Amino acid sequence: MNEELIVAGFGGQGVLSMGMTLAYAGMVEDKQVAWIPSYGPEMRGGTANCTVIVSDTNVSSPIISSYDTAIVLNQPSLEKFEPKVKPGGILIYESNNILNPPKRTDIEVYSIPANVEADKIGNKKTMNMIILGAFLSKKPLVSKESIMEGLSKVLPERNHHLLPINEKALKHGMALIN
Amino acid sequence: MSTAEGITCENLDQMETIFERTHILHETPTSYCPGCGHSVVHRLIMEVVEELDILGDTIGVAPVGCSVFAYNFMNVDMQQAAHGRATAVATGIKRVLPNKIVFTYQGDGDLAAIGTAETIHTINRGENIVIIFINNGIYGMTGGQMAPTTLEGDVTSTTPDGRDIFRQGHPIKISEMIAILDGAYYVTRQAVNSAKTVRKCKKALKQAFQNQLDGKGGTNYVEIVSNCPSGWKMTPIASNEKINQEILDYYPLGDLKLPPKEA
Amino acid sequence: MAKKLLMKGNEALAEAAIRAGVKGYFGYPITPQSELLEYMATNLEARGGVFVQAESEVAAINMVYGASGTGKRVMTSTSSPGYSLMQEGISYMACAELPCLLVNVVRGGPGLGTIQPSQGDYFQAVKGGGHGDYKLIVLAPNSVQEMANFTFLGFDLADKYRLPVLILADGALGQMMESVEFPEYNPEEHLVDHSAWATTGRVDGRPQNYITSLHLLSEKMEEINVHLQNKYKEIQKNETRCETINTNDADLLIVSFGLSARSSQKAMELSREEGMKVGLIRPITVFPFPSDIINELSKKAKGVLVVEMNAGQMVEDVRLSIKNDTPVAFYGRMGGMIPQPDDIVNELKKIKD
Repeated sequence: MNEELIVAGFGGQGVLSMGMTLAYAGMVEDKQVAWIPSYGPEMRGGTANCTVIVSDTNVSSPIISSYDTAIVLNQPSLEKFEPKVKPGGILIYESNNILNPPKRTDIEVYSIPANVEADKIGNKKTMNMIILGAFLSKKPLVSKESIMEGLSKVLPERNHHLLPINEKALKHGMALIN
Repeated sequence: MSTAEGITCENLDQMETIFERTHILHETPTSYCPGCGHSVVHRLIMEVVEELDILGDTIGVAPVGCSVFAYNFMNVDMQQAAHGRATAVATGIKRVLPNKIVFTYQGDGDLAAIGTAETIHTINRGENIVIIFINNGIYGMTGGQMAPTTLEGDVTSTTPDGRDIFRQGHPIKISEMIAILDGAYYVTRQAVNSAKTVRKCKKALKQAFQNQLDGKGGTNYVEIVSNCPSGWKMTPIASNEKINQEILDYYPLGDLKLPPKEA
Repeated sequence: MAKKLLMKGNEALAEAAIRAGVKGYFGYPITPQSELLEYMATNLEARGGVFVQAESEVAAINMVYGASGTGKRVMTSTSSPGYSLMQEGISYMACAELPCLLVNVVRGGPGLGTIQPSQGDYFQAVKGGGHGDYKLIVLAPNSVQEMANFTFLGFDLADKYRLPVLILADGALGQMMESVEFPEYNPEEHLVDHSAWATTGRVDGRPQNYITSLHLLSEKMEEINVHLQNKYKEIQKNETRCETINTNDADLLIVSFGLSARSSQKAMELSREEGMKVGLIRPITVFPFPSDIINELSKKAKGVLVVEMNAGQMVEDVRLSIKNDTPVAFYGRMGGMIPQPDDIVNELKKIKD
């Protein structure tokens, strides 16, 4: 198994933390992992993306130009990364933030209304966990338990009271596809 | 001075010693020009180190300038620093060896021109060190160019028509600037152009070192108005008179900041 | 087995430095190395060292100078523009033979450039960087694990040879997270006794120690230079480090260091899938440079491709190393761009016949 994935969206959407949670979960399961952020001078509102690699073997290059999976949370990210999904790969997008949906037919495309679903859960900020849950239902790279262990590392301790609602969001997301 | 008749080398050992050169100065003549104040200040600092019995704890920093070879004269552990960076170097030493006594010995070009940022920020952090600032109004080592402290009208090799404040700016009152920093603990301006000022200067230096020794908060800073007979193209006597007649009007002696009174 | 942690390269390096017994860290914020400074600010004082945020990189390197002069383990870190500002101080340290660890998390230049990763400071790193004839030992990690490992090694080498050791990383290595395990390391077993030269005060009236880089007599200054050059020769003999992968049967060689060696390794794997016999030489020390092994392996190669994130800097050292007719090609990206494995494969195809 060697999964090369990109998560992209606006700063503040939980892009980097979603990728980091997945990387942690991979490490918990003794896989080789890498997490590479794009970083810019803007702290908030700018575009943000991160590459995550989860592999059973050594990660030779953390720098990659095409992806097994792209998770995109806004229109500019969709335009940038839709062409970079490998044929047969997966593209998951947050439907509320996308006006012009993807057009490729040689990849699996999933539209997830994660913002709306997060509202239903009762915490808008769990949107990234809903998307991550949806992705994991298609590609169970790591277990839900490992994700929660990873999230407990990513979330600062003062926010650990939010772990249960994030777990709820993760499960909710897993049930959205199929 | 009267001639000491009847004293020969044979009976020297019978004489009472009333003054002795401190042994913390290297047993060598300094390389400073005749009449230069550096030699006097070197002696005062080493006397203070001796009197406070801190030889085993003292580390000096001398950056670029006439005193770059200070370690050849002051027989304490020393570091030679890059031009302007003495207080940064001293910060590094004091932070990793907080119980040691650290001093810098800097000229006006070093402290008040190229090293202004380091000077201000070191004192603003209140580094518990002693900064000794020799203000002789000229770049002596490089051959007599204008210093930030050169007085208006003074001729130097880079102000051949005299310092013009509209072209070369004003003589900087760096010590007054420093005195307003909260990190400064003791700021004083002294001179070494007469026996009286030398005695007062030593007292101030001793106070500065004592403050550091006591571990009191903040930086101790002693400006010493000094001369540069060669750079000023004057005899030593005339240069010391210039200090009295011109320089101290612009740079008056005295304490600019005293430690807060203890309750 | 040590515990695995997921850390950014900058953080892993900082943690390793604390474990290596660093007693003083002096730095100034600059992207993309600020996490290192922040990690030190948060952790170092509680673990036996001091942290100072300096007013500039100029002040920071001079604080390192002063603190190193007391014989303590000390360091600074910065990124390209800040590293340029430090050059004067580094030159002084090289001459005064003061040990320390330097970290340059390189970003794209020239000028203010970009905050994205680059290897554009290679020349500055390996040729000295400041004024005068001097060298640093320059370690080029290519993973978060090596960011940590080379920190321990760097301190040890700095102490052993009394010179600044530079870790030449880049923005991506600083920012990316990988799993890292910290080796067992007891600083007490590694520290070198510097009391013969360190300025600590004349304890018990011992003779004066002083630190200087000023020797006005030409005869003396030449003597110092000869001593330094002999030291660098000794370092070349003892400390050259290099990784070779699949070079036994290779008729095409990639030479690449740091992050671009990761892309190159992937390119090697991809081209081997296509039947090309590609091997990788990765200099780990870029000074001292592994010239001998590059020359040796190039003898049986049809071509050598040097891959860098700059306009072609290490390629000059590769060309100086190879004393035969094997052609040397170059592929580089600049300004924060990273060579992609596919593009490297295409470059290999160009030179394979």
